Amino acid sequence: MKASNRSSFQSSQREMPLLQQWIQQLHLDFPLLVALFILALTGLIVLYSASGQDVIEVQKQSMRLGVGFVIMFFLAQLAPQTLQRWSLPLFILTIILLILVLIVGVQVKGAQRWLDLYLFRFQPSEIMKLIAPMALAWFLAETALPPRFFRLMASLVLLAIPVVLVAVEPDLGTSLLIASSGFFVLFLAGLRWRILAGASILLAIMAWPIWEYVLRDYQRTRVLTFLNPENDPLGAGYHIIQSKIAIGSGGLFGKGWLNGTQSQLDFLPERHTDFIFAVFSEEFGMLGGIMLLILYLFIILRGMFIAAEAKDTFSRLLAGSISLTFFVYIFVNIGMVSGLLPVVGVPLPLISYGGTSIVTLLAGFGILMSIHTHKKMLSP
Amino acid sequence: MKKQQKIITYDKRRIVLLLLFVAIVALLVWRVVYLQVFNKDFLQNQGAARHLRTVDTAANRGVIMDRHGEALAISTPVESVWVNPSLLVNQRQLLPKLARMLGLDLEQVERTLAARMDREFVYLKRHVNPDTARQVLDLQAEGVFTQREYRRYYPTGEVASHVIGFTNIDDLGQEGVELAYEDWLKGTPGKKRVIKDRLGRVIEDLENIHTAAPGKDLHLSLDRRIQYLAYRELKAAIKLNKARSGSAVMLDVKTGEVLAAVNQPSFNPNNRKKMRSSQYRNRAVTDVFEPGSTIKPFTIAMALESRKYRPATIINTAPGSLKVGRNTIRDLNNYGSINLTNVITKSSNVGASKIALSLTPEQMWVMYNRLGFGSVTGSGFPGESAGLLSHFSRWHKIEQATLSFGYGLSVTPLQLAHAYSILAADGRSRPVSFLRQDEPVLAEQVLPVKVAQQVREMMKTVVSSEGTGLQASVQGYQVAGKTGTIHKTAAGGYANDRYIAVFAGLAPASDPRLVLVVMINDPAGEQYYGGQVAAPVFSRVMSGALRLMDVAPDNLPVIQTSLPQDEGRS
Repeated sequence: MKASNRSSFQSSQREMPLLQQWIQQLHLDFPLLVALFILALTGLIVLYSASGQDVIEVQKQSMRLGVGFVIMFFLAQLAPQTLQRWSLPLFILTIILLILVLIVGVQVKGAQRWLDLYLFRFQPSEIMKLIAPMALAWFLAETALPPRFFRLMASLVLLAIPVVLVAVEPDLGTSLLIASSGFFVLFLAGLRWRILAGASILLAIMAWPIWEYVLRDYQRTRVLTFLNPENDPLGAGYHIIQSKIAIGSGGLFGKGWLNGTQSQLDFLPERHTDFIFAVFSEEFGMLGGIMLLILYLFIILRGMFIAAEAKDTFSRLLAGSISLTFFVYIFVNIGMVSGLLPVVGVPLPLISYGGTSIVTLLAGFGILMSIHTHKKMLSP
Repeated sequence: MKKQQKIITYDKRRIVLLLLFVAIVALLVWRVVYLQVFNKDFLQNQGAARHLRTVDTAANRGVIMDRHGEALAISTPVESVWVNPSLLVNQRQLLPKLARMLGLDLEQVERTLAARMDREFVYLKRHVNPDTARQVLDLQAEGVFTQREYRRYYPTGEVASHVIGFTNIDDLGQEGVELAYEDWLKGTPGKKRVIKDRLGRVIEDLENIHTAAPGKDLHLSLDRRIQYLAYRELKAAIKLNKARSGSAVMLDVKTGEVLAAVNQPSFNPNNRKKMRSSQYRNRAVTDVFEPGSTIKPFTIAMALESRKYRPATIINTAPGSLKVGRNTIRDLNNYGSINLTNVITKSSNVGASKIALSLTPEQMWVMYNRLGFGSVTGSGFPGESAGLLSHFSRWHKIEQATLSFGYGLSVTPLQLAHAYSILAADGRSRPVSFLRQDEPVLAEQVLPVKVAQQVREMMKTVVSSEGTGLQASVQGYQVAGKTGTIHKTAAGGYANDRYIAVFAGLAPASDPRLVLVVMINDPAGEQYYGGQVAAPVFSRVMSGALRLMDVAPDNLPVIQTSLPQDEGRS
């Protein structure tokens, strides 16, 4: 009641369009929603081409997007305080699920990432991408910022548990994303520069033992291949070489939709999943690529704006982390596809084919919208 | 808008974050520009190098036809399945299916692939039919490709296989006409630019660089109908007489064209799996034998040409044997004093020897040379034998004598047929040809016309109740010919009970059109004389060929040819 009153009051004051006003009453964020729709639609168009004009795949992807948008809608209705209250139980539950995955999980392509729930398969590590920053934000919001040393160390341990559990599945990409989402919470909470610098140095020192003892063979190959793809053009370097050719041969304006030779002729591996940006760039050129980047930037900036606007610590930390993690997705994916970074399994958000990441990403945006639309009701 | 400024507060943290953000975005943009603007040409070429390919297109081999345009060898499109083993190993689960489709043994396939893992091109199966090839491609197996090729098909099968020969799996001529006219028959492969996908499948044809030029067609001189007839009769005779092998050659007198050339044993060129080398020799051209009595007409021709003899000249052959040095030449019976004609009719060795010994060795040698003995016929057939004829300077008296009745030289059935065609063509020699002659063929006069005609008249008596070759007669036509029953050579001399049965002849005798030589090697039945074994084959083949070629009969009202046909078989 109160909310709707206030909204109608605002709308008359700012002369909001009717649609926008209606959307706000549903706890949705109009600019974000429009940008996400455009992105999803672009994704389906590219997917049609990248899947070799497979209508079934496009339909499946549409279904997933639909599910994602529905979940986004429901999460937007949930007040951030509810999420805050449930953070710890949810975190513990997901940790249990992650352990279960390692014990009874389904093995796909040598990695044990899935839980078979008979009705559907489910990847707990995906949810952890949201739960981990939530739990950290909750933990750090318990006391005043910046956190004390002890609390900082405790948060690091809290974060390390899911990161390690996912890394041993093995799923380096997801592990990396969870780690960075947690790191962003810590950073936004006011991590001291000294500690940050110290950690960086420590990481540099740890790099060799990690390389030698933690990374698996295929992960090491990826890094080596990344450093010199031409060393092994038929084996591990094949992905990167083909993908660079695809992007580069797109030129300024691209070869046109459905006309990419690298992608349509099957030279590009994983073209409808992780390497879909190469398909996009080959067919729509530099112009299309930069427009896609602008669309992504708009979404991130909107998220950052929502974080800045947030009134309580938990909301601000969580919103900031979600937005920055989204940015990491884009950076890692495009960086990998264009040969800037080693190949890690990170999809291009909302465009790559694949179920769980779409749902998680849209759920994250649901939380962002909830944060943005619920504070107005509570702040006065 | 007031709120947006809040992002850029004076908090150092936010500034650092923003700078980092801008830097990373700039990095991505720079990377995209770097690839798509600065490296565009290089990367586009790299892309083209991956999907633009120039491929050869198979050219159709020329059709081989008989003289009437009936197909003897044609090419049909087939597909060959080849694989890139290092790509295929990724799809091991498809191998059993693939092997089953191609009818191959799975273990064999796996062994082949394992042994050739370092190769990029390994044939899995050549020449599969297009439907199977499509099924194989539908498997979508990585590293499995097909290639269009042409497979040779021979509609006449074993009937003409010796003349036509065959091609190998790469469509190159290996034997016979296929080999002899390889350059004429083979096409020039074309080149075209295509777009290929990663699996190497052609997605789109872009342009023809040059189109494949099919090979030229070839018209053989063979008449398919006569070839069939000759083959059937020869095969039946070989079976009936339990003979080891045999040949028959028919020539067109006016042109020197080979109308039929058949051999036994033969082979099916469409399925050469169980073929032995003994089966694919074109014996009519490659194998030599001593012509025996069939050479006597030429001995007579020498006698007439020397002007020492006339057809009515009497030669005393009594007592049926003749001592030459330490050797004795014998006739079957004592024929007493006979004229020149009877030397042929009765096939008297003594008579022929006496004539030969009255001539000089050089006279004989020159005649044999003019007839083409000792040199190839010029048919151009691969593996053609020249036969054997030693120089006269090395002849002893006994050799001079035995040469007159066909021992001491050897000829191919084709050479013998060619020599008979000279008698048939009034002494004119024309080169033998396996190709259809569309222009008149230049001839060389090697015997006086009169001599040829006189010898032909004498040869007619062979095919009569007094002669040795009655069974060679053809109803409605006059036949001139000569039988031969030759002792086979064995270790250190001649075998007593192993023979070669020959009949060589021409018809119609009044205006010869066709020459036919039938040679049957080593008949193991009760009969072995040329007049019993080879003459009936001659009769049936010649009779059929004359009718097929619409040759006018020259002997309609005569009684002697009313001999029933079946009797000839016994």
